[in-house]
Amino acid sequence: MEKALKNTTLHQIECRNLSLSYDGRTVLEGADFTVDSGDYLCIVGENGSGKSTLIKALLSLKRPSGGEIIFGEGLGKGQIGYLPQQTNIQRDFPATVSEVVLSGCLGKSSFKPFYSAEDKKRAAMNMERMGISDIASVCYRELSGGQMQRVLLARALCAAEKMILLDEPVSGLDPLVTKEMYRMIEELNRCYGMTVIMVSHDFSAAVKYATKILHLDRSVKFFGTKEDYIKSPIFGRFAGGNEDD
Amino acid sequence: MIDMLSTLASYFSYKFVICAFIVGGLVSLCSSLLGVSLVLRRCSMIGDGLSHVAFGALALATVLGASPLAFSLPVVVIAAILLLRISENSRMGGDAAIAMISSASLAIGVIAISLTTGMNTDVNSYMFGSLSAMEDGDVILSIILSVTVLLFYLFFFNRIFAVTFDESFAKAAGLRSELYKTAIAMVTAITIAIGMRVIGAMLISALVIFPALSAMRVFGSFKGVAVCASVLSVVCAFVGISASCLFSLPTGAAIVAVNAAAFIIFSVIGKVKRSLKR
Repeated sequence: MEKALKNTTLHQIECRNLSLSYDGRTVLEGADFTVDSGDYLCIVGENGSGKSTLIKALLSLKRPSGGEIIFGEGLGKGQIGYLPQQTNIQRDFPATVSEVVLSGCLGKSSFKPFYSAEDKKRAAMNMERMGISDIASVCYRELSGGQMQRVLLARALCAAEKMILLDEPVSGLDPLVTKEMYRMIEELNRCYGMTVIMVSHDFSAAVKYATKILHLDRSVKFFGTKEDYIKSPIFGRFAGGNEDD
Repeated sequence: MIDMLSTLASYFSYKFVICAFIVGGLVSLCSSLLGVSLVLRRCSMIGDGLSHVAFGALALATVLGASPLAFSLPVVVIAAILLLRISENSRMGGDAAIAMISSASLAIGVIAISLTTGMNTDVNSYMFGSLSAMEDGDVILSIILSVTVLLFYLFFFNRIFAVTFDESFAKAAGLRSELYKTAIAMVTAITIAIGMRVIGAMLISALVIFPALSAMRVFGSFKGVAVCASVLSVVCAFVGISASCLFSLPTGAAIVAVNAAAFIIFSVIGKVKRSLKR
């Protein structure tokens, strides 16, 4: 938080009285929250709480039905690196790791048909960062779940330098790989000053890693720092519920 | 063997044989490239549906006395856009919608034909392809369209990859994935309309599916699959057309049979390659 205030006084994203609907049904109503540079914001909530619709809106793929989303300077459409849920990608797709990572550079060059030397350098740098340089020519479908997520994270980093949006980044990963994934996301946030927005239904991981929490259930149930969230009654209710599962 | 080659060489003195090679080769090249994207997006049936629509349109064109290619081209392109919309938004499910449209247009085509000439050799060539089907104007139009399709594919290769691989990411990165999908469907429609006369309505969708699937057995990169599929497809087309000349087989059937054989060979190569890796 303090670091964020030092970097800039403007918010990176500000949602004012935001309402979203899906198939004519309102799934999120009157949401007010802000994202600042350097934040690690975790969006939590049950299934159907409006999380995925909010993601679409943040990625400018969905128009708000009410209120507005204001993007700060240098953060517009295609400027947020996105890590979609794993299930969206086919398991038997023929593509090498470097092909996948390079495709993250496409949003930047709107009219160029081929990748530039700069794009290739950028992809190589992000593969290095994610520790996947040695498997650059390996086929994506032959990777382990953890490696796949690293590749997709590297691709997201090619798309944006300032902010990444992760949709359930650890679903389907085993505990050890999950921990490693969280560590890498934390490193991006701490060492590279990247703003992280992560969607999760894992409340315990959210309070462990995030600096800010946004709890949704058709409206904003809580928005604030992790410390305040842990003290709030809503956390007690949900964290307790989680352990019962 | 030498005998066969000299017989084949003698065929090249006929203009229609050269035309069949040119159009067959270009159509195979285009359809294999588009097939890579369609197969990977689980949209192979769009090719099949479109070929039936093209058959219906061709039959109607014959009845109306219109130029076959000029008439069926716009019909198939419109059908492509329609099929894409229906398969994505429909409540009845994309596969059912495609099956419905394709059988309906087949029925319309058969009715149109039986009202006029009856089921004859002409119809047979619509269904399974014929060497002599192309007219001069068609050949020039085919070449222009095929080159356009190729340029489109080359120019947007990286974007087509991104949209095919992960649509939600491509959208988030600011790519207009709907536009690319519609363009691919339209370009597929054009390819099918061009190829129908030589390959035949019942068989042309095989040209979309086979080369991509064969290449995927062996190659692990998108570029590798695209290059392999296009080379393989052209080779199969030339072998098939040659066989069609030599043994007077239906052209489309010969090409598809060669493709099927290639698929089996590639499957075996892929298996061996994978077991060697382990």
